[in-house]
Amino acid sequence: MCYTGSILRYVEWGVYNVISLDNVTKIYGNKVDALLGVTLDISEGDIFGIVGKSGAGKSTMLKLMGLLEKPTSGEIKILNADVSTITPRDANAIKKNIGTVFQGFNLLAQRNVEKNIAFPLELIKEKKPYIKARCAELAEVVDLSDKLKSYPVQLSGGQKQRVAIARALATKPKIMLCDEPTSALDSFTTREILKLLKEINKKLGITIVIITHEMAVVKSICNKTVVLDEGKIAEMGKTSEVLKNPKSPITKLLLGIEEDETL
Amino acid sequence: MDLWQTFMDFRFILWDGIVETFYMTFVSVSMAYVLGLPLGVLLVVSGADNLMPNKFLSSGLGMLVNTLRSIPYIILIIILIPVSRAIVGTMIGPSAAIVSLVIAAAPFVSRMVETSINEIDQGVIDAAKSMGATNFQIITKVIIPESVPSLIRGFAITTITLISFSAMAGAIGAGGLGHIAIRYGHQRNMTDVMIVTIIIIVVIVAIIQFLFNTLAAKIDKKLVS
Repeated sequence: MCYTGSILRYVEWGVYNVISLDNVTKIYGNKVDALLGVTLDISEGDIFGIVGKSGAGKSTMLKLMGLLEKPTSGEIKILNADVSTITPRDANAIKKNIGTVFQGFNLLAQRNVEKNIAFPLELIKEKKPYIKARCAELAEVVDLSDKLKSYPVQLSGGQKQRVAIARALATKPKIMLCDEPTSALDSFTTREILKLLKEINKKLGITIVIITHEMAVVKSICNKTVVLDEGKIAEMGKTSEVLKNPKSPITKLLLGIEEDETL
Repeated sequence: MDLWQTFMDFRFILWDGIVETFYMTFVSVSMAYVLGLPLGVLLVVSGADNLMPNKFLSSGLGMLVNTLRSIPYIILIIILIPVSRAIVGTMIGPSAAIVSLVIAAAPFVSRMVETSINEIDQGVIDAAKSMGATNFQIITKVIIPESVPSLIRGFAITTITLISFSAMAGAIGAGGLGHIAIRYGHQRNMTDVMIVTIIIIVVIVAIIQFLFNTLAAKIDKKLVS
């Protein structure tokens, strides 16, 4: 049986991979940020950090995981479904299981907090009473029960991100993708948001994938980390090991151990 | 020159003019939006890198809009005389003017709508896509609702433009305030009637601008304090 390639991925018995990338390549015609033959697994319950310089392929990886783009070659599995060549209709059905949080919050400016959280539920045509109850429940999770009728413009950056997190949780996803979730926030608010993400991971059992350029973020919440460099995996493993014993120059550079000669 | 006296002397004629101007403007602005709103949405979503990229549709619509917009309105009226005759059965009067007003305004509206939509932060559309929204849902639940305040401001600009267009149509017998200004003010050399008519138009434009600005500000949740 030609099984050796993938058997290694199930070494930890009983661990279920919610996201698997197998030799995934994504090349754009003229844009950078390509991915070149990346293989990785993200297990259920992980808080998985993706780090690297800009243009290293982080955003591309998140877009592929979020089914916003298809790989040029290779195979992607989300919750055991092969999504490499999925039709847009089927992709939309799977997206219900994936919540996304963005650097710029991306809230609807003309909707209040409650209606923003309700938005993904409206898309899948949930019943109104259910939506209302679910919004109240989620507002409590992110500690914004008193702000349900406020509009995004009336909120601070941290509050906006908490609304975005509540919105991402609305459809009870199994996976949460976070694209630089704290890059627009100050250090105090960053800690608050990271604490919230950790809580969500623990209490709700949601697998979280975080893109960041800040090693501090990875250090504080990610159990596993991949370092990307020019579309390839430079280093991958348990965060503690990657941080303690960085092997690749790019990791050292990101950690600030090695001096950047170009400066 | 007693303008008040002139106003009182001409009040019935002026009133008819106001009613005709309003009739022409509001009927044509509504019909222009029925055509221009979907056209504007199509212009945006068919663009490269947008929701439904379609080079053929995008450049075709763009060309149609540009062509119609570059024809001076006074010429458009004359070109469209046979069309007005076919649709409303006459080439003079307010109803006949509406045909050319709609044809002139619809492409204008589509560009206004396009501008309003392009003001939306691309991030919210990305967010909707990540949640699995269909293109139709993105248009009806994100693009249009998010641009409503801007659309209202555009509606005021369109309405005011159409008031001045309708005055131009007055030159060829469409009725309305423009017709009064030309018939009395110009052709009979009654400068006071001309001035009174202009004052009325200025007041109407100011009121419309104020009302729609107030409405837009009230609706725009980006301005909540």
